[in-house]
Amino acid sequence: MENLPNISKDKLKLVTKTNDQDKEKLDTPSLTYMQDVRRRLFSNKVSMVTLTILVIIILISILAPLIAPHDPNAQQVTYANLPPKLAQLNIPGFNGFQNQNGHMVDAYKQLNVPKGQYYILGTDYLGRDLLSRIIYGTRLSLFVAFVATLVDLIIGVPYGIISGWRGGRVDAFMQRFIEIISSVPNLIVVILMISVLQPGITSIILAIAVTEWVTMARLVRAQTFQLKEQEYILAARTLGESSFKIAMKHLIPNLSSTIIIQTMFTIPTAIFFEAFLSYIGIGVPAPNASLGTLLSNGQLSFRFLPYQMWAPAIILSIIMICTNLLGDGLRDAFDPQSDH
Amino acid sequence: MADQKEKIVEVKHLKQYFNIGKKNEVKAIDDVSFYIYKGETLGLVGESGSGKSTTGRSIIRLYSPTDGEILFEGQDISKIKNHSKNMKKFRKEMQMIFQDPYASLNPRMKVKDIISEGLDIHGIATGKEEREEKIAELLDMVNLNPEHMSRYPYEFSGGQRQRIGIARALAVDPQFIIADEPISALDVSIQAQVVNLLQDIQKERGLTYLFIAHDLSMVKYISDRIAVMYHGKIVELASADEIYDNPLHSYTKSLLSAIPIPDPETEKKRTRIDFDHSQAFTDQHSFREVLPGHFLYCTEEEAANIK
Amino acid sequence: MDKILEVNDLEVNFNTYNGTVHAIRGVSFDLNAGETLAIVGESGSGKSITVRSIMQLLASNSDITNGSIKYHGDDLLKKSDKEMDKIRGNKISMIFQDPMTSLDPTMTIGKQVAEPLRIHKNISKKAALKRAEEVLNLVGIPNAKGRLNDYPHQFSGGQRQRIVIAIAIVDYPEILIADEPTTALDVTVQAQIIDLLKELQEKIGTSIIFITHDLGVVAGIADRVAVMYAGRLVEYGNVDDIFYNPQHPYTWGLLDSMPTLDVDENQHLNSIPGTPPNLLNPPKGDAFAPRNKYALEIDLEEQPPFFKVSKNHYAATWLLHPDAPKVTPPASVQRRFDEYKKLGETNNG
Repeated sequence: MENLPNISKDKLKLVTKTNDQDKEKLDTPSLTYMQDVRRRLFSNKVSMVTLTILVIIILISILAPLIAPHDPNAQQVTYANLPPKLAQLNIPGFNGFQNQNGHMVDAYKQLNVPKGQYYILGTDYLGRDLLSRIIYGTRLSLFVAFVATLVDLIIGVPYGIISGWRGGRVDAFMQRFIEIISSVPNLIVVILMISVLQPGITSIILAIAVTEWVTMARLVRAQTFQLKEQEYILAARTLGESSFKIAMKHLIPNLSSTIIIQTMFTIPTAIFFEAFLSYIGIGVPAPNASLGTLLSNGQLSFRFLPYQMWAPAIILSIIMICTNLLGDGLRDAFDPQSDH
Repeated sequence: MADQKEKIVEVKHLKQYFNIGKKNEVKAIDDVSFYIYKGETLGLVGESGSGKSTTGRSIIRLYSPTDGEILFEGQDISKIKNHSKNMKKFRKEMQMIFQDPYASLNPRMKVKDIISEGLDIHGIATGKEEREEKIAELLDMVNLNPEHMSRYPYEFSGGQRQRIGIARALAVDPQFIIADEPISALDVSIQAQVVNLLQDIQKERGLTYLFIAHDLSMVKYISDRIAVMYHGKIVELASADEIYDNPLHSYTKSLLSAIPIPDPETEKKRTRIDFDHSQAFTDQHSFREVLPGHFLYCTEEEAANIK
Repeated sequence: MDKILEVNDLEVNFNTYNGTVHAIRGVSFDLNAGETLAIVGESGSGKSITVRSIMQLLASNSDITNGSIKYHGDDLLKKSDKEMDKIRGNKISMIFQDPMTSLDPTMTIGKQVAEPLRIHKNISKKAALKRAEEVLNLVGIPNAKGRLNDYPHQFSGGQRQRIVIAIAIVDYPEILIADEPTTALDVTVQAQIIDLLKELQEKIGTSIIFITHDLGVVAGIADRVAVMYAGRLVEYGNVDDIFYNPQHPYTWGLLDSMPTLDVDENQHLNSIPGTPPNLLNPPKGDAFAPRNKYALEIDLEEQPPFFKVSKNHYAATWLLHPDAPKVTPPASVQRRFDEYKKLGETNNG
């Protein structure tokens, strides 16, 4: 430094210290972990869109009795296989016209449907309103998903925690049991259930209850194994905390991301499982609708009346895609390292 | 220090094996005996895998010892059952400070809940106001701002977190604290803060410490006596000055010769002493007092020569 | 001396949700051929980010906003990824802190050591393995020939770090960057690795940039030392200048807070109060001022420039201004000054 900066002498004085406590003051705003997660989730556009769609779908299915325009199981054979029609609006595909021998014909007029009566998504081969059936079908699918989640949480989580926490022989035994369960294909479990019980929602739910929690239990166990060596858990043990309290205060809050994310992947699996069973005819019995039975019926006449399959297929796809994307979004939101 | 020479902890022939009877059996602690006087700091040094951390964890009963006795104030605590009444009493008397300031605090809990965990378990300061007062007092003791008790651990720096960990241990008012490498994860300028704090608290409350570390210069400073551990055995134990001025075991010598000194001239002159592992552990070797208060893992012949 | 690397006024920002972190705030230094430069600093001081900028190994949310890094006069910051690939692991190579994660557990060590040669030099597999064996011998792996086909888990921590070093030097790099290479190791192993690095430097003449927080290690290995705090250098000079004639209060604080083996147990250790500043909002003036008991009024307002202490020795503190008040450094530092005088006498005599 050849050219010394010109500094006035009174600035070159030792600072007289004032408040020492100030040094330890934190100046960053306080943000809890969950606030942080929410912030990251909200800033993820895909997650927000999928979350909104799912909330709407869930609301509609909860309010199904109020929203569905018709009784989903009421047959009106005279109005069978009507194409979609949306009020008097003349939107192609939703105007009640359908292709018969190369001509576009107004099917509503043909069957003498009174003016003012219309089916937004058309009707099926028994004249049942498809929209109403889809709404109720979605409701049933979501109910299955809800039960699967519940089973995950009630059986899978505690099973995994106990297995991981106790370790040793208890863990070995519990893991062998899981292996036995997961080595039996789901389908066989269902068929066994059906041969004992009757086909229907009960046997589907029981099948799910028997098999669906296994993945959750495995994930929770693996994570518990890691967590139990963490020093804050050791600290709780040296303080004399009981195992139950450690699970509630330390394990579950730190497992919550794993649990929530796994749930988001359980939901589509369960929905698809139910749809699959219903599709192959061992699921929900007639006349009740589920997305699976609707697909199965629609597929029969897909070549002539494609709308009967399109609608449930789209809804099923939307639910599956949205839950999967939301699951991804949640995984990112729970991972503090994905901050950039 | 330790005027009355009352022993608060006495470890007799402690063995801690893992995976017993399996191919990968580990003798983490292999027949270790020592005692700690009330009010003193015993430093326990060794390199990774020496069993120093396991020793701390066995004494505080995070593990169930394979064999041997651990006397705490005269009572054998090596076999008391987890979650029994005796265990709960013991948990209040002995506490631990951990190594990693990032892993030792539950990230989902507020500072006040972390500190009050012990208060709740042992029914200390039960009313809400009394509780908050006690937490504030503890935070103040470790030089943290009590206003921050509703914050989460990640908002604090490493040194501050370590002090929260100390406050948690102090909450139940223990007599004996095992500090398991409490400063090795901290920056140099912060290490001194934490060590000073530990010493102040020790004086104020008459605490006894078992200070586990691999940093020998800091151990020398904080300890009254030092035990050097190698491969699951204590190879030498003596007063801090004696260990540094008159090391007898060749492993201790090699360890001392490896300490980096912040002085280039000393470093230039430094010669490393290598330790030959093969000669040190035979059937003839055992832990003996070779000079008053100076214990050495050696053969009878070696002991006689020293005497 | 030949300057092979010149870092000029480097500035690096990190974009985070909370805002821009000014991690490196104008760092300049150079590296001479064959020397060891130690960069010392605490966690968050920016020492690792500085060397990662040289290697262009920064995280994706980082942004080099200013400066140049000239390697033999060529600005590395202007090089494409492809051009950097030719330099990395060949001309400039790096050793990381953790030997456990720096090695690929699924690959034999022979292959891993030979890999840089296979990438950079067009030589046969056999020749590369032969060379790998030589280098493993050089870094002190016993029976290297017989162990070429072993996997990393079959080696101890210290040996793994030796293998990591072997990979880094297999192509005789001009610059070896060692980022806390001994922090994860035991003291006795640390001493061995430092001796090894010194020995290798003599044998192959490479320049070393050694990153560490441990002043003891620095004293043993460095020719020159740069002290870093809050994204800036605060003092640099020859190793004797830094240890026996330190001028910046932060350097004083660092040296003073290390217990020496003869320190009095009844006396408090000297510590630096408080914590380093948050680089989201770097303080105006000298970043160390709030923790500095020797802070001047001007420190709170204006960043101090580098004042020349002696040839090659500079410190950024207003205390060196001719008009600044004379302060008394900590006792341990004064003892170092005495040592410095003695050294000067013996050197002259």
